[in-house]
Amino acid sequence: MRYLLRRMSQMIVLLMGVSILTFLFSTLAPGNYFDEMRLNPQISAATLASLRAQYDLDRPLPWRYARWVKSVAHGELGYSFAYNSPVAPLLWIRARNTLLLTLTAMLLAWGLALPLGIWSAESSGHLADRFISLATATLLVIPELVLALGLLILAARSGWFPTGGMVSVGFAELPQLGKLRDLAMHMALPVSALVLSALPVLVRHVRAAVAEAMGAPFFRATVAHGIPRGRLLYRYALRAAANPLISLLGFSVGALLSGSLLVEMVMSWPGLGPLLLEAILARDLYVVIGGVLFSTIFLVCGNFIADLLLYWADPRIRAGGNAR
Amino acid sequence: MMRRRRIRRWLVALFVLHAGVVLAGFLAPYDPVEQDRQHAYLPPMRIHFSEHGHIHARPFFYAQRLREGSFEEFTEDPSNAIPIHFFSSGARYRLLGFVSLRVHLFGADGARLYLLGSDGFGRDQLSRILCGGQISLLAGLLGAGCVVFLGGLLGTAAGFYGGWRDVLLMRMAELFLALPWLYLLLALRAFLPLAVSPSRAFLLVIVVLAAVGWARPARLVRGVVLSVKERDFVRAARGFGAGDAHLVRRHIRPETRSVLLTQATVLVPQFVLAEMTLSFLGLGIPEPVASWGNLLAILQQYSVLVSYWWMYLPALAIVPFFVGYQGLANALQVDVATPKIEGKRGGILHDEGALYSPAPID
Repeated sequence: MRYLLRRMSQMIVLLMGVSILTFLFSTLAPGNYFDEMRLNPQISAATLASLRAQYDLDRPLPWRYARWVKSVAHGELGYSFAYNSPVAPLLWIRARNTLLLTLTAMLLAWGLALPLGIWSAESSGHLADRFISLATATLLVIPELVLALGLLILAARSGWFPTGGMVSVGFAELPQLGKLRDLAMHMALPVSALVLSALPVLVRHVRAAVAEAMGAPFFRATVAHGIPRGRLLYRYALRAAANPLISLLGFSVGALLSGSLLVEMVMSWPGLGPLLLEAILARDLYVVIGGVLFSTIFLVCGNFIADLLLYWADPRIRAGGNAR
Repeated sequence: MMRRRRIRRWLVALFVLHAGVVLAGFLAPYDPVEQDRQHAYLPPMRIHFSEHGHIHARPFFYAQRLREGSFEEFTEDPSNAIPIHFFSSGARYRLLGFVSLRVHLFGADGARLYLLGSDGFGRDQLSRILCGGQISLLAGLLGAGCVVFLGGLLGTAAGFYGGWRDVLLMRMAELFLALPWLYLLLALRAFLPLAVSPSRAFLLVIVVLAAVGWARPARLVRGVVLSVKERDFVRAARGFGAGDAHLVRRHIRPETRSVLLTQATVLVPQFVLAEMTLSFLGLGIPEPVASWGNLLAILQQYSVLVSYWWMYLPALAIVPFFVGYQGLANALQVDVATPKIEGKRGGILHDEGALYSPAPID
């Protein structure tokens, strides 16, 4: 329990730090949301000044930060100038879509990486291993942007998959099963871009960790006991290799979030990505801060879950974790 | 010695790749901003070696004209064969920024040769990719240089002096490492001026890259400095009365060099990619200057995406550089793909998984 509490307090301190950091960045900003209105001769300087005052843009930074923290406490996360509404509900809708994409990609990537990595480690030096190594090496040199654009062109030219958005026109009229199918078709492209770019790193780590476990004396003992191959690999080798892989799970959340941001913008998936870009271009201050904060929350949650898993999977941590 | 040979081989490969980009003005047949509105979105041309069964002494191509009954599809004009000249004279360019020259590797009189097609303004894709590479690679190299310098400086300061400086710097570094790198990149970019001239935009991109990337090398260097500081030869030097500056310069900095070198190898391609991402999103280098990122930006239009596949070619330009830098990093025996992940024992932030931020390649 103390372990949990300590981790929670660390998370809160981190989020505070990130919010202060983004606020500090925001002081670097030349100009604000209302600056473009200066070009409009019908809006007087007095109106602009009163607008700035209304949204507290003329107040000093610490005051604005305090004000923002208060609005966070109310669950609002500040106010969007462009949407004329509190930021939190805006972000929630988009964050749901981002999570849908990221979680699906994560499950798929790990679901593929574990068997592939284990297979590769098991057949070390043989044909399957060589093939998997070659494939991961190839995927590793293709950056996400290149991959996503390439898939998009492929889809656009072949017409196999829809190339943008999350649902088709007329989605609301579809039957339940049709809705699911439509969503899946739209997800296919972004998810495969994310999975393909995450896969090589994961497979290599799984291979390395399992190969190490297979070299350990306990593994030879289990082989000598005559335990079936499949059980041997998945029950014993994987369990022993779990510790670094669970740490990697936490890291892969961050990579997938960044990847998803890019893929969303390339494939116009209505997630946090396009909203953030739009907010940056419009200087919609609090939406940018909120977006960054949301991504940090996801990342921290991912790390937290990884830590919990580790706590559950590795008795050494249960014994020593509190002592530290 | 095997290792040394491998490193040398990758260095040579990288040298060739970079030389190609440095000599962009010579290798590119045209000025990258020169327009030819008559030939917008011209697909890559074919080079011919024979006509009516006769082999020509020079390779040639056919001039393009609009297909009968079409306003955008081009076809070869078989009556107008144009020979390709090598080392021909063309648009003026500056080699390495100061040698003014007119000679190009190849060119043609009478019509323009579009080896990789043309864009919406009829600008030559090949020339734009080559010259765009100069911008993108320079941004990556300068960004990585800044980060290595900054990271080395801050890491050494934190490790050497310890105390509150160490705590402050390392907490800052953790904060930077905690954010997903692309969010951090965009957040930083968000609060810098948006509409700026290409040269200022270039500087801004480098500033943003340096601000995002300093944390990891700083942490790594700090670790090295902490261990070196306690080594006997450093203590001995201190005992002989060496000052801080001398200690750092003579005994500590050389030890951090290999870490920084490998970091640079890993960072350069990632920063090139980061520049591409920023420019692709319209937050980096603006038109008409070419960079690999803003050459791709046009693909955000669906019609271009469907019809003009050769606009995707700039994306592939970075792949050989990735291969080269990853090969070099592997040869330097940092396996980029499988950084050592030790099992961890609680705590939010760790230095493992060097690939995971600010690392776009995973």
